[in-house]
Amino acid sequence: MAFLLALLIVAITAGLVWPLAAKMWWTPLLASAQGGDFDSHFLLSMVMCVIIFVPAQLALAYCVVAFRDRAGAKASYSHGNNFMEVLWTSLALVFFIGMNAKGQSMWYHQRMEAAPADSLMVEATGEQFAWNFRYPGADGKFGKTDFMKVDNSAGNPLGLDPDDPAGKDDIVTTTLVVPVNKPLEVILHSKDVTHNFFVREMRIKQDAVPGMDLRIHFTPSVLSKDLPPHPDGTKGEYEIACSELCGLGHYKMRAFMQVVTQEEYEKFLKEHAR
Amino acid sequence: MPHAAGVAHDTGQALHDHAHAMGAPTSFWRKYIFSIDHKIIGIQYYFLALVAVFVGLTLSVLMRFHLVYPTAKMWDLPIWKSIFNGQQMTPEMYLTLMTMHGTIMVFFVLTTAPQGGFGNYFLPIQIGAADMAFPVLNMLSFWTTLVAFIIMMAAFWVQGGAPLAGWTAYPPLSGIGEVTGPGEGLGQSLWIASIGTFCLASLLGALNFIATTLQLRAKGMTLMRMPLTVWSWLVTAILGLLAFGVLLSGGILLLLDRHAGTSFFIPGGLVLNGQPLVDHKGGSPLLWQHLFWFFGHPEVYIAILPGMGAASQILSTFARKPIFGYRAMVYAMMAIGFLGFFVWGHHMFMSGLSPYSALAFSLMTGVIAVPSAIKTFNWLGTLWNSRIQMTCAMLFALGFVSLFVTGGISGVILAQPILDSYFHDTYFVVAHFHIIMGVAAIFGMFAGTYFWFPKMFGKMMNETVGKIHFWLTLAGTYAIFIPMHFLGVAGHPRRYSETTGVDYLKSLDGVHMFISHAAFFTAAVQLIFLGNLIYALWKGPKAPKNPWGCTTLEWVCDSPPVFDNFGGKEPEVFHGAYEYSVPGAKEDFIMQNDPQQVPEHH
Amino acid sequence: METSMNWKKLLGLPLVFFALIVLAVGCSKKETEKAEDNPDDEDNTEAAAANAPAVAVDMANGATVTGKITFTGAKPTLNKIQMDAEPSCAAMHNNIPSQEVVINDNGTLRYVMVYVKDGLNGKSYKPIEQKENLDQKGCLYEPHVIGLVNSEELDISNDDKTTHNIHPQPKINREWNESQSSGDVKKKEFTQSEWPPIPVKCNIHPWMKMYIGVFNHPFFAVSGADGTFTIKGLPPGTYTIAAWQEKYGEQTQKVTVKSKEETKVDFNFKG
Repeated sequence: MAFLLALLIVAITAGLVWPLAAKMWWTPLLASAQGGDFDSHFLLSMVMCVIIFVPAQLALAYCVVAFRDRAGAKASYSHGNNFMEVLWTSLALVFFIGMNAKGQSMWYHQRMEAAPADSLMVEATGEQFAWNFRYPGADGKFGKTDFMKVDNSAGNPLGLDPDDPAGKDDIVTTTLVVPVNKPLEVILHSKDVTHNFFVREMRIKQDAVPGMDLRIHFTPSVLSKDLPPHPDGTKGEYEIACSELCGLGHYKMRAFMQVVTQEEYEKFLKEHAR
Repeated sequence: MPHAAGVAHDTGQALHDHAHAMGAPTSFWRKYIFSIDHKIIGIQYYFLALVAVFVGLTLSVLMRFHLVYPTAKMWDLPIWKSIFNGQQMTPEMYLTLMTMHGTIMVFFVLTTAPQGGFGNYFLPIQIGAADMAFPVLNMLSFWTTLVAFIIMMAAFWVQGGAPLAGWTAYPPLSGIGEVTGPGEGLGQSLWIASIGTFCLASLLGALNFIATTLQLRAKGMTLMRMPLTVWSWLVTAILGLLAFGVLLSGGILLLLDRHAGTSFFIPGGLVLNGQPLVDHKGGSPLLWQHLFWFFGHPEVYIAILPGMGAASQILSTFARKPIFGYRAMVYAMMAIGFLGFFVWGHHMFMSGLSPYSALAFSLMTGVIAVPSAIKTFNWLGTLWNSRIQMTCAMLFALGFVSLFVTGGISGVILAQPILDSYFHDTYFVVAHFHIIMGVAAIFGMFAGTYFWFPKMFGKMMNETVGKIHFWLTLAGTYAIFIPMHFLGVAGHPRRYSETTGVDYLKSLDGVHMFISHAAFFTAAVQLIFLGNLIYALWKGPKAPKNPWGCTTLEWVCDSPPVFDNFGGKEPEVFHGAYEYSVPGAKEDFIMQNDPQQVPEHH
Repeated sequence: METSMNWKKLLGLPLVFFALIVLAVGCSKKETEKAEDNPDDEDNTEAAAANAPAVAVDMANGATVTGKITFTGAKPTLNKIQMDAEPSCAAMHNNIPSQEVVINDNGTLRYVMVYVKDGLNGKSYKPIEQKENLDQKGCLYEPHVIGLVNSEELDISNDDKTTHNIHPQPKINREWNESQSSGDVKKKEFTQSEWPPIPVKCNIHPWMKMYIGVFNHPFFAVSGADGTFTIKGLPPGTYTIAAWQEKYGEQTQKVTVKSKEETKVDFNFKG
């Protein structure tokens, strides 16, 4: 029985580690400039975790077999070893805090430094269960909105105030179209409940909280047309998948994101200009 | 330091003498139903959790079913029709099942069984007391918990059904009413009322546990001689005392927002279902998240600490070896309990929390991994050079250690905000918390059940059947939750009722299919446990006083113990809880009340 | 003895709790089931009338009211509806004008609800056995405006490849919100007459919106693709006829109708 348990523990350990170590399972294609930080730190963290996880499980499996109840076996009478306690406490401390500290500096660069001055600004507004994206237009200014004027079926999902000159040239779309290799700042809003903006290829995620003005910035680096197709042969697209429970349509709250060349982006702006 | 709590101890004694002045009750109602005997109350809690766990399990099976067969017609059962309209399961039904699964499991299983059940039964006995410090309060705690459970279940049958806002119930989704989703009407209000009631019960229980541990210890039972189970129940009770009050107040504020027109959590300018919401403004959705997770994170430890205590006790017993580093274990538990109050923000890295505070919460979370690691190393140290007896209880305790490592290690990933900007709210999180808080804690309960069943009911459970249950459950649960890590790595958001809404999820359907079938299998296996338990209750062979050769005081009593546990003779304690394989001793264990000398150690 | 007294008192506490909860659950259930009583809304005569015995409609001897809804003035500029988020619908049509105002080819207005607003003296009329259909097609509702007699059956079907949710937000009737998978049919009813009309939305496709007016009589019609409407079987008498359009609001006219005669009532909305 001891052998069986040890075998099972080894199998479990392998079952968890092997598909990741052999890269049978890994994160999808990286498609943003800042996402490299995530990828490298995720790899490092996984390696560090494996360094603890595998020996710990194997030690358990070893103990189960080596110290099984056999004729003549005798347990030692020991209440512990202070040296060992101090050793592994300090090792664990250095280990966990060290890894943590490394990740923190990346977090700092991504979330606490302001977006580059030449960033393209887009407002993303979530609602049950859809996204609307707003571009400030030629004047670079977002017009006023009024929640009393919101009317999706009349084509004014954001409640743009028709009397505000700054809003006259605002473009509202349901697909996020952005130029490649240009820093992008997304201002996240929500009309009703908490939603979440997540693009897995960009390694970016942030809640959109009603009443709050939350900003993230990243730089898409791979054109939509260069995305690998889905396993079933359909065209691969960037998808913004809601990652915060928002109600019955949560699983369908998806918007597409298109990363295009600068020329295509300008054409898109012209087409949608009002 | 014998008699650390000298004077206080005497007052405590007076208290419980008073409660027991009448002697054992004789009528059926007072003996088994409205009992003030901590043992009966413990069993009541245990069976409440048993009912709840099978309800929760059924809900999860239905969820897994819907995920892989979203268009299947369900059975035409009256109970189904009374809860849901339509035979085909819809996305909102899935979310309802998910919400109730999470709530029932966290509150009525993970909080109820280890603390309310085993804690109630064994804490007084293990410290040599005749009952809890406040037996009537104890009874009140149980009945309040039961009321909370009934209110929770009632939510299924009210207009609109049970809520769909998840067990975390984030407003505004949960804070406005039916307009945000089905079940967000009366169902959500009942949910909040139930949780509030549960908080009250837990506060009363926590007070009782703390008072009992500090006041009613037998002569010689110093704090540092207490079994680690008692320590775990004490730390858990302190956490409960500090955490449940916060959730209770959060729940009251949420109810006020819903029914009294306040705006604690609801900001202005909302548009719901196309209609502007004009009667709310100025609230903050993040306030709820702070209040909830200030409770929610300690709650994780409330669920797992008693499991750690039971695992320590059982590992030491069946390794026939003293626990490795008793003091380190106690300090680690205290550290976990203390630090547990400073890490709640790691649930909120992506919520709009200031990125500055994310740094602090992340660091604290890194620190809390240290005592958890210490516990693991000490368990391994206990096993080293031991003589392992493979009983069912031991198997589950070993499984607990394996699960604790697996679930803990993914926590190291999730504790880092930079990695959370991918993994937040994906299946990686689901895998993490199910393994560490769900499965590991439940393994702790299984271990406790196989270990203490003889004492609680005076009958032995079948070991062979128990072992079959163990093998299938360990393999089954890992088969469910290991692939969920892979779903998370692929960026699969959680709480999705179908995989049809986002294109990249289609390629992951095979993984879902595997997980679902593993879940059906593992759920079915639990019937083996139920069968073993019920069979043993009626037909199990009679249990001796101390079947496992264990050192703690519950094994001094009869199986099951008499009304006041020790028949009026308070035991005297001479040494610590884990004196196994003492050189020169007659047997390979020395009971705590055995005056035999043991070698000096520290 | 003393302890036993305390004990009994405490025993009562959970029982009282129990009773309260059972009572609360019981009452709340009844309340929602009997929402039609609607005691708060005292001046809602229609609601009161709903409980009066219903009168049968005399189609043979009743009067007929017909008319046309014309539209004059500047045509409104309608915003475009983008359906990119739902590729299966965007493939059918995309960037189509909003249905807020639908002007027919002959210059008349479609989807105007014409109904008898006043003159039925609080009587309620038995609905003629029939049911209405609401389709979801290409992520639009068809039709955009529906009139129902209270408790009349409404069949809702989903012809799209995607899942919709139907979320009417009434003020008097009970609110509900259910998702509906492709090909599924739902049978629903509104037990209470309700005006202004109930907005119905799909939250998964937030641009989808339609209106349902619920009456306690069958004397209403929605203008069609030629801008005309017909109301039949009206008892002789003097009535206020109202025409309602979601953007331009309501207009009324007083008419007197005679048995078996047809009366013309035209409305004009200005842009």
